[in-house]
Amino acid sequence: MLQRLFSFKGGVKPETRKTPSVQEPIGQAPLPARLVVPLHQSIGGVPNPLVEVGDRVLKGQAIGGADGWVSAAAHAPTSGTVLAIEDHIAAHPSGLPTLSVVIEPDGRDQWIARTPVDHRSLPPERVREMLRDAGVVGLGGAVFPSHAKLTAAEAVPVDELVINGAECEPYMTCDDMLMRERGEEIIRGIAIFRDLLAARRVLIGIEDNKPAAVAAMQQAVQQLGEDYQVVAVPTRYPAGGAKQLIRVLTGKEVPASKRSTDLGVQCFNVATVYTAYRALAHGEPVISRIVTLTGNLEQPRNWEVRLGTPLRDLVALGKAKADTDRYLMGGPMMGFELPSLEAPVVKATNCIIAGSPTMFPANPPEMPCIRCGACADVCPHELQPFELYWFARARNFGKTQEYHIFDCIECGCCSYVCPSHIPLVQYFRFAKSEIWSREREKNAADAAKARFELRNAREEREQAEKAERLARAAAARAAEKKAAAAAAAAKVANAVAEADSAASAAPEAGPAATPSAATAVEETVSVTPVAPATAAEPETPAVSATPKAPTTPVAPAFDAEAVKKATIVAAMERARAQRAAVQPKNTEQLSFEQKRQLAAVDARRAALQAAESATAAAAPERVTRPEGPAE
Amino acid sequence: MMDFSTPPFLLLERSSVRRVMLQVMLALLPGIAVYAWLIGPIIIVQLVIATLAALAGEALMLKLRRKPLGLFLTDGSAIVTAWLIGLSFPPLAPWWLIVVGTLFAIVVAKHLYGGLGQNPFNPAMVAFAACIVSFPALMSQWPPLGFDVSFADQFQLIAGLVPRIDVMSGATPLDAMKTALKLGEGTVDVATLLATRDVFGAVAGRGWEWVAGGYLLGGLWMWQRKIITWQAPLGFLVGLSLLAAALWAWNPQQFASPLFHLFSGGAMLGAFFIVTDPVSGCTTPKGKLIFGLLAGLIAYIIRVFGGFPDGVAFSVLLMNLCVPLIDMYSQPPIFGLKNEK
Repeated sequence: MLQRLFSFKGGVKPETRKTPSVQEPIGQAPLPARLVVPLHQSIGGVPNPLVEVGDRVLKGQAIGGADGWVSAAAHAPTSGTVLAIEDHIAAHPSGLPTLSVVIEPDGRDQWIARTPVDHRSLPPERVREMLRDAGVVGLGGAVFPSHAKLTAAEAVPVDELVINGAECEPYMTCDDMLMRERGEEIIRGIAIFRDLLAARRVLIGIEDNKPAAVAAMQQAVQQLGEDYQVVAVPTRYPAGGAKQLIRVLTGKEVPASKRSTDLGVQCFNVATVYTAYRALAHGEPVISRIVTLTGNLEQPRNWEVRLGTPLRDLVALGKAKADTDRYLMGGPMMGFELPSLEAPVVKATNCIIAGSPTMFPANPPEMPCIRCGACADVCPHELQPFELYWFARARNFGKTQEYHIFDCIECGCCSYVCPSHIPLVQYFRFAKSEIWSREREKNAADAAKARFELRNAREEREQAEKAERLARAAAARAAEKKAAAAAAAAKVANAVAEADSAASAAPEAGPAATPSAATAVEETVSVTPVAPATAAEPETPAVSATPKAPTTPVAPAFDAEAVKKATIVAAMERARAQRAAVQPKNTEQLSFEQKRQLAAVDARRAALQAAESATAAAAPERVTRPEGPAE
Repeated sequence: MMDFSTPPFLLLERSSVRRVMLQVMLALLPGIAVYAWLIGPIIIVQLVIATLAALAGEALMLKLRRKPLGLFLTDGSAIVTAWLIGLSFPPLAPWWLIVVGTLFAIVVAKHLYGGLGQNPFNPAMVAFAACIVSFPALMSQWPPLGFDVSFADQFQLIAGLVPRIDVMSGATPLDAMKTALKLGEGTVDVATLLATRDVFGAVAGRGWEWVAGGYLLGGLWMWQRKIITWQAPLGFLVGLSLLAAALWAWNPQQFASPLFHLFSGGAMLGAFFIVTDPVSGCTTPKGKLIFGLLAGLIAYIIRVFGGFPDGVAFSVLLMNLCVPLIDMYSQPPIFGLKNEK
């Protein structure tokens, strides 16, 4: 059956330069002397370390547990000993360090117990969890946790599952070689994703400059009797962008504001599918990946590399030529220059390119924009990059959003063709990060405002409560005085007969004050004025009052006192609890490193206290001494 | 703000401002060749004068603005402006008129607005407008092409060594037609005028129509090389012809045919080299079409009903004013959002 192809607008055709690295089959990179496995290798939550320094780990053992739903686990790439859990330079343009587990291999490469499962026998929820815990993420370079993409939209069935083998970046051939050599496993793995998404059709898109991969995949599909369609798509960068490939194969256009599943389509990279298959059918989590090592080298080739292998060890396999002056990670269109070869291979490391001044000449000087529109012609998202550039330059970030800056996928086509050699993508990244940081600032300000208002409200309420308490105390004192006066009056004039009205008024005043005061604390401040009123009222009748019995008014007064005290204590307790709840705890969002430091401090303190109590017990005469240093 | 080294690490080598400008100059060559064939090498002299003036003005302004001289002097943009001025001014205009026009274009219209890429108005058209307002007589003296006048005489004329005599200077065929129709007050009709072949040639002006053909050829080549898109030139030619066709159909005695208008005056030069200027023109596909159409309409109105010999310069300048507005309202829908709204 012939697949109708669509086309995306724009795109460029840089030289592909892929041939040198496909001459040899995928090689197995040797075990390095030391592996540095960053815990955070995917988009989303930073995994928490599950091992301690000195632990012995097995190959495939989880060393970092997924933190939250959008996160993926990290695993030991071989068996050995954990030497350290420390910050280590990462494969990132910033060169900033990230928490990594350093493992010294023991050379035995001993696996954990691997339990193959059939995804059809498990509930889909469980399969997604297993993928997360096996560390399956998008290996095309975006490293988004795959399980989080494996849920169809509620109302929209998934019509097409697109498997991305386009690999449009120049130089890069890791997916090409994977498809050629391990096509069958990819095809088997597709079933997992198809079943989880209940996809109706599966389309495998491969750029037509990889005929060997197309043939291998077609053969695998036939062998396994699947109805997947392997489609050769025209070679044009960025045909391998998920949105572009979806467009080419299905005609659907996914804007930045939507998920692809909202349009009934989802896309995965071939290498991701392969790792998902290994994870379920073989019980092997993601501990290695295929990396293209190419460029200015004597021996360009694809290697299967354990994650955590220092780049220096990997690069040594390619034998760099003398004039090599830098290394890029990723392709030349979207990749970045590695700040250091001490950084390790991670899940996002799809390609390492050795560069020389002749391969990547320095950019010509930047000229002013002449609005020629060449960038708009090649933009695959049909944006007006030069307009975005003018707005970004003018820091008119609102306008950049109006002109859809967040639909920019930073493919670099605009910079590639710009006759003025303007680094347009950098301007767009700048604008995006400015917008993000402004939003963060705004959110922080909003939160601070909310906290401030909450605090003001709390203080007002507490003041009101205090006023109420004082009023009630005053009322209680007044009642006491009145009772005493009444008692005295009763003693002096015991024989006064007309006590009917006064007798009925006095008990009324007592109990009436008590329940209203009790409820006042429970309810609102508006009750407060009532308390002084009720407290003042009894004064007048109290003078002329002549209670019938001297003992009866005293007992309720004592009771009222106790109830009031209890209420006050309860109210204070509540206020304290509320204050504790409202006040931010800075211990809640600690990084692993901070937690570790805190634990160390606590341990030291405990040890010190233990030592103190020990000395105190041994020398009771010097009890007071140790308190000095303790403070 | 920029990193030391940023993606993409590959750049399209054949893409540069200089290359764009060189290709525009190349596209002007057929028109220039026909021009020189018909009037003699004097037009080359004028182009050289304009080029030198433009480079001098550019260098002066770059120096004042503390910009790298080498980079910007060699980008070719000033030379393109100079050539457009040389081609749109009368070929036997005195040398100083060319120099004044060019300096005005480079210094005022270009650099005072911020230099390359920043000028809201087309510099060559600003020069034309400024000069035709300031020196209307000199700017209206167009020699009929194809008459044998020696290069020495022409040179003396532009150098100001001999007094300017009427034989050497007439009006453009376009201007001649307008004046004749106006003076004739209904007694003269277009057909009889066109019959005077030494002035009006085959369709629109003896010689001039061939120069226009040269521009058309160069323009089509630029379109084929994707230096320009079809929207602005086609819009301009359609806008011009539409009104011409309507009035011609209504009263063929008093209004010339669209063909006459397309091949006379600055129509072809304007369509392919002026309204296509990316800096001062619209940038969106729809915007370019609107820009071209309206510029064509206005050009027709000015050249037929106005007081100036041609209307291209003023219509383009008027439309330059509207560019931000047109661009804002003609933004094309983006990937994935075509069915929204």
